[in-house]
Amino acid sequence: MFDVAALRSQFPILQREVHGRPLVYLDNAATSQKPRSVIEAERHYYEALNANIHRGVHTLSQEATDAFEAARDKVRDFLKARRREEIIFTRGATEAINLVAHSWGRSQLKPGDEILVSEMEHHANIVPWQLLCEATGAVLKVIPIDERGALVPGAVESMINARTRLVGITQVSNALGTINPVARIIRLAHAVGAVVLVDGAQAVPHLATDVTALDCDFYVFSGHKLYGPTGIGVLYGKQALLEKMPPYQGGGDMISQVTFKKTTYNDLPYKFEAGTPHIAGVVGLGAAIDFVQSVGLEAIAAHEDRLLAHATQLAEGFEGLKIIGTVPGKASILSFVLKGVHPHDIGTILDNEGVAIRTGHHCAMPVMDHFGVPATARASFALYNTTAEVDALFGALRRVEELFLK
Amino acid sequence: MSDLRDLYQEVIFDHNRHPRNFGPLTDANRHADGFNPLCGDRLTLNLRVKDGVIQDARFEGSGCAISTASASLMTEALKGKTEAEAAVLFDGFHHMVMGEPTTVDLGKLAVLAGVSEFPARVKCASLAWHTLNAALKNEADPVSTE
Ligand SMILES: Cc1ncc(COP(=O)(O)O)c(C=O)c1O
Repeated sequence: MFDVAALRSQFPILQREVHGRPLVYLDNAATSQKPRSVIEAERHYYEALNANIHRGVHTLSQEATDAFEAARDKVRDFLKARRREEIIFTRGATEAINLVAHSWGRSQLKPGDEILVSEMEHHANIVPWQLLCEATGAVLKVIPIDERGALVPGAVESMINARTRLVGITQVSNALGTINPVARIIRLAHAVGAVVLVDGAQAVPHLATDVTALDCDFYVFSGHKLYGPTGIGVLYGKQALLEKMPPYQGGGDMISQVTFKKTTYNDLPYKFEAGTPHIAGVVGLGAAIDFVQSVGLEAIAAHEDRLLAHATQLAEGFEGLKIIGTVPGKASILSFVLKGVHPHDIGTILDNEGVAIRTGHHCAMPVMDHFGVPATARASFALYNTTAEVDALFGALRRVEELFLK
Repeated sequence: MSDLRDLYQEVIFDHNRHPRNFGPLTDANRHADGFNPLCGDRLTLNLRVKDGVIQDARFEGSGCAISTASASLMTEALKGKTEAEAAVLFDGFHHMVMGEPTTVDLGKLAVLAGVSEFPARVKCASLAWHTLNAALKNEADPVSTE
């Protein structure tokens, strides 16, 4: 049995009130709240283990290094990567994508090469490729989406060609909830020799990931959307690719030997981890993965799907409400607009009722353009949300209606 | 607790539903575009200024109730004002939405005072005014509230 009450009790922040009402936190696609185990892991790190890693002979440094590297093993297991050397810690999904665009991209691409992304990408999976195109003369091509918010059927097949060098695709859209057929896209890309970067930022809290079975070349995610700390994320890359790639940043930890004549680089994964990393964040991410695995992703997804189904039903019965993103089998994201009320006003009124949702373009302006809206309101559900909270969302939307549309 | 009714006053709903001076201004001689990247609000402001006096002001665009009402109220307030008087209003309005005291007589614009209790919405209320500033200077680049 999925015991939501027991899970909620592990999240201290869910006790708080906003504007005199119990917090109803439905902005999980932006960032999720943190369970006590994650907060405690960071605290324990600072209270008991804190030292710099990989270079001290003293006990604390050894223990801090062990905790840091143990978290890498947890990530490897979580993503089902073959080797721990393939797991690189970054500041988040954004930095991981930038790392690939910079290191792989600048060393590989030449004018006329093509990069393929979809129209539903987060800006983090658009702008680094635009910068790369400017630097190399490569060309960015965009896989269009249809009126449901799915990739236009057949578009990937017709757009991938011999010039395609990389496909950057989100597994789950943060603005729409659409789950993309990444396995099929990877097969199509590999058939022409292109590599694929999968943006897993919205997928990892909802779907079990197996990068080995998926056969993607790069996979990125952020800890903070997975009940972990902010400021820490992961790049998975196939070892053969990572070995050929030049370093992204230079500094300590990423070198093996430095002289003014010649510097040699450290082995993977350290070659891509210059400088003192966010050690506490890595330890916290390890605790977040333990937490998610103890609940079970299958159970989490089933619970979130129930919440989404309930919310969708209420939304469909709400006059003037239009859901943006209507592909069957979405992840737990409900994006919508309300006739006659700008999303920003919805956000303020809901906040006054203690209901936190996201309003705006969700860092996906091309999606907003596609649907011809300046912004949407977005409720996104996590494992600790309840049916009663979904009802509270729609109760608060009635209040919007009263104020605006009476 | 900040009361929603302080923010969403009847006058604001009225101007949101029926924005005044909305649409193109064919004989405009000052123009600026404003953009609030946070919420996607876009605003185009056109003015006709003669001998330092704002003879007409009209706006177009899409935005939330606060930014639409603010633009509507602003265009009403501007007509017949000199550029110097408009600058004084800008200043007074800015102080008001920041919750700071002001001696400027803001007239009807005072209905937006409640915005100061909602920091996330200050940019919505000021978008039109920043755009005005740009239009009076005739800056070529769209202004952004960021
Ligand atoms: C699909 C997607 N990709 C990338 C990102 C960027 O994540 P971060 O800001 O944590 O680097 C996000 C976060 O909103 C996202 O939803």
